[in-house]
Amino acid sequence: MDTVLQQLINGLSLGAIYALIALGYTMVYGVLRLINFAHGDVYMLGAFAGYFLANALDLDASPSIAGAIVVTLGAMAICGVIGVLIERLAYRPVRHHSRLTALITAIGVSLLLEYGGQVVFGANPRFFPQMIRAEVYSVGGVQITNQNLLIIVVAIVVMFGLQFIVHRTRIGKAMRATSFNLSVAKLMGINTDYVIAFTFALGSALAAVGGVMVALAIPRIDPLMGLMTGLKAFVAAVLGGIGNIPGAMIGGVLIGLLETWLGATAYSTYRDAAAFAVLILILLFRPAGIMGTATVEKV
Amino acid sequence: MKQRSAHRILCVSTTWLLLTGVLLSTVACERKSGGATDTTGDILVGFYGSLTGDGASFGQSSREGAELAVDELNAAGGVLGRQIRLLVEDDQSKPEEASNAVTKLITQDKVVAVIGEVASRRTLAAAPIAQRYQIPMITPASTNEKVTEVGDYVFRVCFIDPFQGEVLAKFAYNDLKARKVAILRDQSQDYSVGLTDSVAQHFGRLGGQVLPPVSYSSGDADFKAALTRIRGEKPDVLFATGYYSEAAIITRQARELGMKMPILGGDGWVGDALQNGREALNNTYISNHYSGDNPDPIVQNFVNAYRKRFNREPDAIAALGYDAIKVLADSLTRAQSTEGPKLRDAIASADVPGVTGQLKMNAKRNVDKPAVVQEVTYAGGKVTFIYKTTINPG
Repeated sequence: MDTVLQQLINGLSLGAIYALIALGYTMVYGVLRLINFAHGDVYMLGAFAGYFLANALDLDASPSIAGAIVVTLGAMAICGVIGVLIERLAYRPVRHHSRLTALITAIGVSLLLEYGGQVVFGANPRFFPQMIRAEVYSVGGVQITNQNLLIIVVAIVVMFGLQFIVHRTRIGKAMRATSFNLSVAKLMGINTDYVIAFTFALGSALAAVGGVMVALAIPRIDPLMGLMTGLKAFVAAVLGGIGNIPGAMIGGVLIGLLETWLGATAYSTYRDAAAFAVLILILLFRPAGIMGTATVEKV
Repeated sequence: MKQRSAHRILCVSTTWLLLTGVLLSTVACERKSGGATDTTGDILVGFYGSLTGDGASFGQSSREGAELAVDELNAAGGVLGRQIRLLVEDDQSKPEEASNAVTKLITQDKVVAVIGEVASRRTLAAAPIAQRYQIPMITPASTNEKVTEVGDYVFRVCFIDPFQGEVLAKFAYNDLKARKVAILRDQSQDYSVGLTDSVAQHFGRLGGQVLPPVSYSSGDADFKAALTRIRGEKPDVLFATGYYSEAAIITRQARELGMKMPILGGDGWVGDALQNGREALNNTYISNHYSGDNPDPIVQNFVNAYRKRFNREPDAIAALGYDAIKVLADSLTRAQSTEGPKLRDAIASADVPGVTGQLKMNAKRNVDKPAVVQEVTYAGGKVTFIYKTTINPG
């Protein structure tokens, strides 16, 4: 019983990581119908931004919550700017071309960040400073660390925060309008360029939060870390219904639970394949995902 | 309309995902060459190793050890009246790059011998090339049994995993009084798979119970599912037979799950990133090739020279890199030649005192040396290996 509960916690912790990244995927897709494959790599940049900031503040030697918040905000700002730059330089010039062009551009940006990252940061894995020391909470034979708890809480907060921004604020209304019909939104006086840039800034800042949080719990970071995690988060977004914010959360948690369950069986080495098997099945049988429906407007 | 094109994009993306996986492999291209060696000028010795990537610590340590030995030899007048020059290639911790590197060293640079690799999987990828061109290869630290079985041009200066597994099993059974053990192995590394088999076999032979090994792959970062399953079985000792960067994360996550038992590893734990296990490293033990606090002058001279040159403590991998060059230099002198077949014969009869013990080649091109067991401790941001015991082969 302990073991089952513990695996549930493990799966939830892992799933929250995917959910955090999937939220960014899903939001950009919701507005632009663009699968931003570079999202996983922005997540990587977020982890590296956090790494350099935390080392600059020497948080490994003197951990502090305030320092961790500064580092997270700093990484968010850096990645927000990078997100806007990516949109401005790579996606905007091809916005009025076919969707496929945008998709291929996204793959190009992704590869550029991965291998550019190897040039700039080097290929060696680095270890993220422990700016919040791990503490283990034990309840009835089940253990969870403060770092994993933090990821779960942050993912839930981010999900509700996004729901709020998209459905309850002016900019959210503009995002939904842009998503519904770009040219009509423009005719109604919405500055769609601004809305799209905002969407990218927000999505990339979220990726940075994910990068810093994950690096805290699983401290090894390298320029290719966004590849597999990003792809799995993408699957999580599709599973939940891409474009649907609560769906990304549900999809992430489901993938996390599935991987954990597989990891505990004799088939542990197939766990990376599980997410992709899910992707194929979901596209075959329910392409709109769990939460998506064919008619509802998606943001 | 909108839905359909969205669906199509999803399908295209899926196809792309699947394709990238397939394309991540390269084929080594090779060129024929005569392999003739000069008799004047510097003696060219090839070195290939993982200077970057996951195994960077292995490549850097073995390279530094080898460079130190080369400099000492050259300062003392070189070998056969000529200077030795080490040509270094980085394989980025990838097996396919390892075979590319060795092909280049042999066919383009025309080296007389090759030193490397540390990880068995990469040595196994490159050794057949050295064998084909009849250029001797000495691996400093690849302990998998199969490495020297590739052919009669492949040698090593370290002990082998069947022995290392016995050492670890005996230590767990006799010293730690363990009766039930679990093993976490890296199924993508020949080293870890071989060591796992050996530990399981010897521990079983001693009368202990071995739970079925749980597998992961290099680069994995989340071991909690596997560890939780192991925790449920309540083993006395956990073996993590993979390399140092995963070992650091495994020990951490095991402690986070409240697993307080001793964790044991092999010489693959010797790498700089192990320190990221932090306090979780306390109560862990490894088998290793040598202990830096051995008072033997040959060890202390090496340790002091290394400290002076590189400003840090040498690890066992560095000591083995040093020993590999010493065996090669001694063999060149005895062969009085740099030709592959003559040099091979000389290495096969090597019997040289080394930093890691007496380096006497046996018929299988391995050396029979004792292993040390060290306790790993972490304090004040530093990992220390504390000598526990020496276990002799046989």
